[in-house]
Amino acid sequence: MLNGIDDEEKWLAEGIAGIQHNAFYMHQALDSNNLREALKYSAQMLSELRTSKLSPHKYYELYMRAFDELRKLEMFFKEDSKHGVSVIDLYELVQHAGNILPRLYLLCTVGSVYIKSKEAPAKEVLKDLVEMCRGVQHPIRGLFLRSYLAQISRDKLPDIGSEYEGDADTVMDAVEFVLQNFTEMNKLWVQMQHQGPGRFREKQEKERSELRDLVGKNLHVLSQIEGVDLGIYKETVLTRVLEQVVNCKDDLAQYYLMDCIIQVFPDEYHLQTLETLLGACPQLQPTVDVKTVLSRLMDRLSNYAASSEDVLPEFLQVEAFTKLSNAIGKVIEAQVDMPAVGAITLYVSLLTFTLCVHPDRLDYVDQVLGACVKKLYNIPKLEDSRAMKQVVALLSAPLEKYNDIVTALTLSNYPRVMDHLDNGTNKVMAMVIIQSIMKNNTFISTAHKVEVLFELIKGLIKDKDGADVDELDEEDFKDEQNSVARLIHMLYNDEPEEMLKIICIVRKHTMAGGPKRLPFTVPSLVFSALRLVWRLQGQEGDIVGEEVPATPKKIFQLLTQIIEALSAVPSPELALRLYLQCAEAANGCDLELVAYEFFTQAFVLYEEEIADSKAQVTAIHLIIGTLQRMNVFGVENRDTMTHKTTGYSARLLKKPDQCRAVYACSHLFWVDDQDGIKDGERVLLCLKRALRIANAAQQMANVARGSSGPVILFVEILNKYLYFFEKGNQQITGAAIQDLIELINTEMQSDSATPDTASDAFLASTLRYIQFQKQKGGVMGEKFEAIKF
Amino acid sequence: MNYLVGAFKPPCNVFISFADGRSRKQVPLKKENGKTVMVALFQSQENIVGEVVIEPIHGKKVEHNGVKIELLGQIELYFDRGNFYDFTSLVRELDIPGELYERKTYPFEFSTVEMPYESYNGVNVRLRYILKVTISRNFVSNIVECQDFVVRNYTPPPSINNSIKMEVGIEDCLHIEFEYSKSKYHLKDVIIGKIYFLLVRIKLKNMELEIRRRESTGSGPNTYVETETLAKFELMDGAAVRGESIPIRLFLSPYELTPTYRNINNKFSVKYYLNLVLVDEEDRRYFKQQEITMYRLLEAS
Repeated sequence: MLNGIDDEEKWLAEGIAGIQHNAFYMHQALDSNNLREALKYSAQMLSELRTSKLSPHKYYELYMRAFDELRKLEMFFKEDSKHGVSVIDLYELVQHAGNILPRLYLLCTVGSVYIKSKEAPAKEVLKDLVEMCRGVQHPIRGLFLRSYLAQISRDKLPDIGSEYEGDADTVMDAVEFVLQNFTEMNKLWVQMQHQGPGRFREKQEKERSELRDLVGKNLHVLSQIEGVDLGIYKETVLTRVLEQVVNCKDDLAQYYLMDCIIQVFPDEYHLQTLETLLGACPQLQPTVDVKTVLSRLMDRLSNYAASSEDVLPEFLQVEAFTKLSNAIGKVIEAQVDMPAVGAITLYVSLLTFTLCVHPDRLDYVDQVLGACVKKLYNIPKLEDSRAMKQVVALLSAPLEKYNDIVTALTLSNYPRVMDHLDNGTNKVMAMVIIQSIMKNNTFISTAHKVEVLFELIKGLIKDKDGADVDELDEEDFKDEQNSVARLIHMLYNDEPEEMLKIICIVRKHTMAGGPKRLPFTVPSLVFSALRLVWRLQGQEGDIVGEEVPATPKKIFQLLTQIIEALSAVPSPELALRLYLQCAEAANGCDLELVAYEFFTQAFVLYEEEIADSKAQVTAIHLIIGTLQRMNVFGVENRDTMTHKTTGYSARLLKKPDQCRAVYACSHLFWVDDQDGIKDGERVLLCLKRALRIANAAQQMANVARGSSGPVILFVEILNKYLYFFEKGNQQITGAAIQDLIELINTEMQSDSATPDTASDAFLASTLRYIQFQKQKGGVMGEKFEAIKF
Repeated sequence: MNYLVGAFKPPCNVFISFADGRSRKQVPLKKENGKTVMVALFQSQENIVGEVVIEPIHGKKVEHNGVKIELLGQIELYFDRGNFYDFTSLVRELDIPGELYERKTYPFEFSTVEMPYESYNGVNVRLRYILKVTISRNFVSNIVECQDFVVRNYTPPPSINNSIKMEVGIEDCLHIEFEYSKSKYHLKDVIIGKIYFLLVRIKLKNMELEIRRRESTGSGPNTYVETETLAKFELMDGAAVRGESIPIRLFLSPYELTPTYRNINNKFSVKYYLNLVLVDEEDRRYFKQQEITMYRLLEAS
């Protein structure tokens, strides 16, 4: 076998040489109009095709050489003036050849001329030819001979409108001829596998599939016959072809031919004969890849449906969906060994089909998914990655089609299919769902839908039992949780009552998320709830009636619990911010106690959880800012709060931080509102205290580094002075400001001062502002005139 | 030299010709020396009419004891060389004893001659018809001139012509059923038929149909049988599977066939057989032979 290929080359070369040699003499005979010699040499030439030594590939090469020569011979046969023999006699004459293969090639060649001459009806000649070709039963030689027959007869079929059309019903003759040739060729093709020793089976299969187009071409020819209308196709063509396909019991042939049928015949024919076509599928060999066949069919039909609106009624009329669905069921039932991926692929195709043809029939979609669930019943978790991919495709299809997750949420089987995915894929799918929502800006507006949705994306919401957490990629995890956070904002209903329900459901689900997820989800949830609070607040006047389920109070209770959950994380900074946010909202609702409670929580957090000094600075400023805006507190509560706050401010670690916190506290006593608190004295106290701290800071700097720090703190305090001065605080006088400016100048000119451009610039612009106010004149101008420097 | 040769040459030329020689059909006939000549064609019951021309050379005189013409039908068995069996012998006296000085023409006629057998040229036997002119002479050998002609007899199409149909096989290996549409064929006929494969368990390579001629000569212990294969016609290339049927269409015209001759004058007979041969991949041959009857149908021309 080692030099098998070389040998083959040699045999091919010999064959070609033989053909060329005899063709040379044949040409001579043709040139001298010598029919006898022409027949002799052409028969000898064709004898080269009797070889059994070549593989189909090489044999084809040889065949093509002979084919070209036969064209010349045919030309000669046509001109009976040259050889002087009538075509009828010629038809007999070539049959004298002793060897069958050359005889039949010659017969086909003369037959072609015979039909053209119209001395006999085309159908008779064709019938004779196709019958006589039975003599060659050798698969390869037979296939090529019949393919030659198909080739020369293609343009001579007694089709409607053809010049060879006979009196009555000759289309049937054409069909009959092609069908018979097809049947015989397929038999030969199937037979091929039994040729030769079995040990080269793989090679044989490969060689066989090289020849498949020879067989398939017949189906193509059939599809090209004009006269084949739906009736003929249904009654004759399809029935006969399928009969052959089923009976040949060969998986390679069955798969290829089914595919051929689907591809070559028109869509509307398929639609009208769906039952027959599908009926053949369960009869195929168990090894046939029926799922691909069916998928192709459904793809074709889907495309057909998508091509035009007008064809849709046809689909309904033939109940295409039911038929396909039944067929798939049967195939899956029949092929027990079919891997899950196969079945799911089928369902994907069916689903695609359904979405194309019956976009309005959600029940169909659900039905498909249900069937899929049934199939996967025995496989709790898919492990095959290809199967998983198909499931994702299956689940994504409705989302893409409807652009609306709400539709998918009504599919009861949707989450059940999703359950079969492994954790990773489940998350991917959940992400797909969320992205779909985001992309289409779909609001999920009922509690029920939200419940279903969370059921779908539960892979993102909480850890699965036994899932390996270590494997998580930090980046992915963040992405996922951010998506969930975004998703929470898409859950929205105008009805406060329903909205509250939604929030409760979201809370229920997110609370189960564990410490890693809460920092992402809780803020969204809190703000979603706060939004509801604000909305209620806006329409407060309308709320009458005794039983109002959605009251701000209730929501705040909920919020307290939600934020408390964060302590488990722990994430005190975040919780603090949220408490403050809530406090502010409570302030808006005029709920003093609630606000007080939130503040208390915030302070507790500050005291117990926030130890980092930088975090403390941030926190204290947040507290100050929030507290400043609170107007719900009574004098006592407010005092408690402000007292606490100023206390914490003065106890910060770094002096500059202390200084800044303290002067910020001054605002707590001066709310620039109509009826805001305006306690000028305590403002001044704060500012003076700030000045003292600034001084201390300066001295500390002197001691520690030998140079005083920048004067920026003084400049900042100056600005505060100016602010309150402008706002009309009587305790802040122009003289005080003047002193402060002088102090700053002295500080700056002292030897130990560190030059600092930032504070210089800040001072310069502050002074410029004073100048500006002076020049502006009016009340303010007069006031500012008091400041001299 | 010419003179010398001339001395041994017969002193006259003899020509035999048929009255309708121009219009009569001529057919090729193979002579003993292998050459093919064209000769006149007759059938039984025909009148054989013509003339004999005797032409002495350069005015030589030819003395003779009489001139006669014979019509002979002869069977010649090659293994019994030299022995002719004349199954037909007719004589016409053309001239009484005398002398011939110049060219002389003798018309002759054999009316409605019974010629039951056809001319035949076989392996071991020959059947031929001749016209033989004898100029008897004293002291020197007679001058003899022969003219071959061919006889062919035509038969009407047989009234009964059954098909040949038979199922044959080797148990559990091969079962086939073949069918030839007729059992009697004329010489330009076409054999139409079909072979059905009922069971195929051997690896067939091809199948052919042979036309065989069996010529038996002599009788009793001296019977010689000679079988020739006149045609080998491939019917199938490759191996048919069960349920397949293979068509047969064999034109007989290209082959040199004769009608079937049964017991010609107790000397010989010629029979024809169709032999269906199946060859397997190890070149083993399986065959079944069937006799067919050949007859000569008068051509429509």
